Order: sequence, then C-alpha cells, then structure tokens
Amino acid sequence: MTTLPNIDSAAGDAALDTELKALLADVLGLDPAQASAFGPESGLFGHLPELDSMAVAGLLTEMEDRFGIVIEDDDVDGEMLETFGGLLAFARAKLDPR
Amino acid sequence: MIFTWNIPAADGRLASEELLVAFDRGRAVRVLICPAWFDEANRLRRFTIEVMRRLDASGIDGFLPDLPGCNESLAPLENQTLAGWRADMVAAAAAVGATHVLAIRAGALIAPATLPGWHYAAQSGPKLLRGMIRARTIAAREAGMAETSEALMAQGREQGLVLGGWPLGAAMIGELETAEPGLAPGQSDIAQSALGGPGLWLRAEPDESAAQADRLAAIIAEDVGVSEG
Repeated sequence: MTTLPNIDSAAGDAALDTELKALLADVLGLDPAQASAFGPESGLFGHLPELDSMAVAGLLTEMEDRFGIVIEDDDVDGEMLETFGGLLAFARAKLDPR
Repeated sequence: MIFTWNIPAADGRLASEELLVAFDRGRAVRVLICPAWFDEANRLRRFTIEVMRRLDASGIDGFLPDLPGCNESLAPLENQTLAGWRADMVAAAAAVGATHVLAIRAGALIAPATLPGWHYAAQSGPKLLRGMIRARTIAAREAGMAETSEALMAQGREQGLVLGGWPLGAAMIGELETAEPGLAPGQSDIAQSALGGPGLWLRAEPDESAAQADRLAAIIAEDVGVSEG
C-alpha cells in the first residue's frame, strides 16, 4: 500500500504521476526510466498490443488497491484509457472529487 | 518430474487422474504448491516452477498439482467448485505426503488447513471475480456491447459465466463472492513487498524474475531450517 501525499500540492501531483508510471511499468514490464518517458499523449489501450482487456482490468484493480479508490463500470471509458494523460486525470479526479 | 495423482470419487464426483509436476527425492520437507488461478496461473507458471527448482536445490521436495479443470486436466472447468478444489488439494497433499503448503495468490483459498506453510500474495475471491468481470466488461465495450458488472454477476450466480475464456459454474461464482483466504495454524503470509519487485501476475505478458524466485525460495528454506545440500 502506498499513501499518497495531499494531491492539492504540486508535489502531490508529481507523486501521483510517478506512482501511475510505476504501476504501468509493473504491468508492461518496463524499467522505471522507460516508464518515466510517458507523457500526457502517450497512447495506452488500443495503442499498446500487450495492453489487452485482461491487462487493463488488472491495471485498474491495482489502481484501486494502491490509490485506495473504487472504480465503477461507468468510470471506464475510451477516453480515460486511451492516453496516459487521460488515466492520470481520472486518477486525480477520483482522489480529489471536487 | 511429471507424475499423476488420483482424486478419489466423493460427493457424487467421479474419480479422476490429474497431472503433477514434482521434484521428489524423498526428503523430509515436502511442499505442496496450491497454484495461482486462471490467467494468473499462466503468468506465474514459470515463476512457480523456478521457485520449485530453487527449493529442490535447497533440499526441499516440491509438488505442483493441476487443479481439476485447469492446465492439462480433462475435467470440465464449469463443474468445479471451491469446496471441490479444497477437497482435491487435501487429496493431493495425502497422495504426495506433503508436510507443508505454499499457496500462491488465489491458491490461498484452497490451501489445506492441516498443513503449515505460506500464503504468497494471497488473493481474495471477490477481488479475483472483480478483475475477471472487469476484463469482460471492457472487452464487451470495445466490441460495442454494453454489459454491466451487476448484470453479469446476477447471470453468473444463476447459470455460470465465461470470464476471460474461463467457464465458471454458478456454484464456483457464488462461493468466490465471499471467499477470503484465512491462515491456518502454522501458516504465514508472504507479501509481495518481501520479494523486492512488482508481482509477476500484473504483467500483461508473462515474465520471470530470478531475483524474486530466489527470495521466495530463500524465505521458505529459512523458515523450515533446511540447509543446502
């Protein structure tokens, strides 16, 4: 379990970004340096052949565990899964629903 | 290395023969492996065997049975139940003369309570189902069909469900909804963090980690106090 610092702060935002990259590295078998190259427009579901529905399900379930959030069916859409930026924005909104 | 073990007929089920990977040199410590399930079984198969090789080198026998309905088993998976698999693991433990159990992920749900041993990164039934149902709803959405987790679960409880290509019976789904791994006396948890890396079941493509296999085997060898040789 990882406790995220207050995500209101810029430092917290950076921590979430780093955590999410680390999680993608774990799923995709990348080393941290490769994962750190993910940018907002980096394509995920539909762009990376190894990221199939089973892998995405594992990714979301691990996000629930590591970030302490609950992801509902309706939360999961193409936009959220298509890019790293989309997934990051989703995680940020889930952690700070305002 | 490849042997078979027999499941006796019981509770209206037919007797069956299942495969077993064994490192058996008749040593004092004999570890039954309750493997991970379904997709995770595939992703962790190599890791599991690698841990067994290391245990073998440390003077520990290891036995990895097929769960009926999985791997090379001829039994239909949709007929399998949690209670059935629990009984099967007890039968496997008796057949190989196991002294300990190493349960991996959802394997912890069926570890014989009579054996001391370890639950590695134990997975609960609800979490297992949640992940598999989610994979199905995501695949359905991609195919332009709308399926909800709730409707799928209702269908699963009534008539069973194919999840990620695995046909699960209604009884199994019902049992998994409340199945939590519990440590029996003499059993302890080994968390993923103890292995110093990300869980290999997370990998989209099956992978291996010699360092993680080293670590898990070392924890077990240390626990049972077997020295190399």
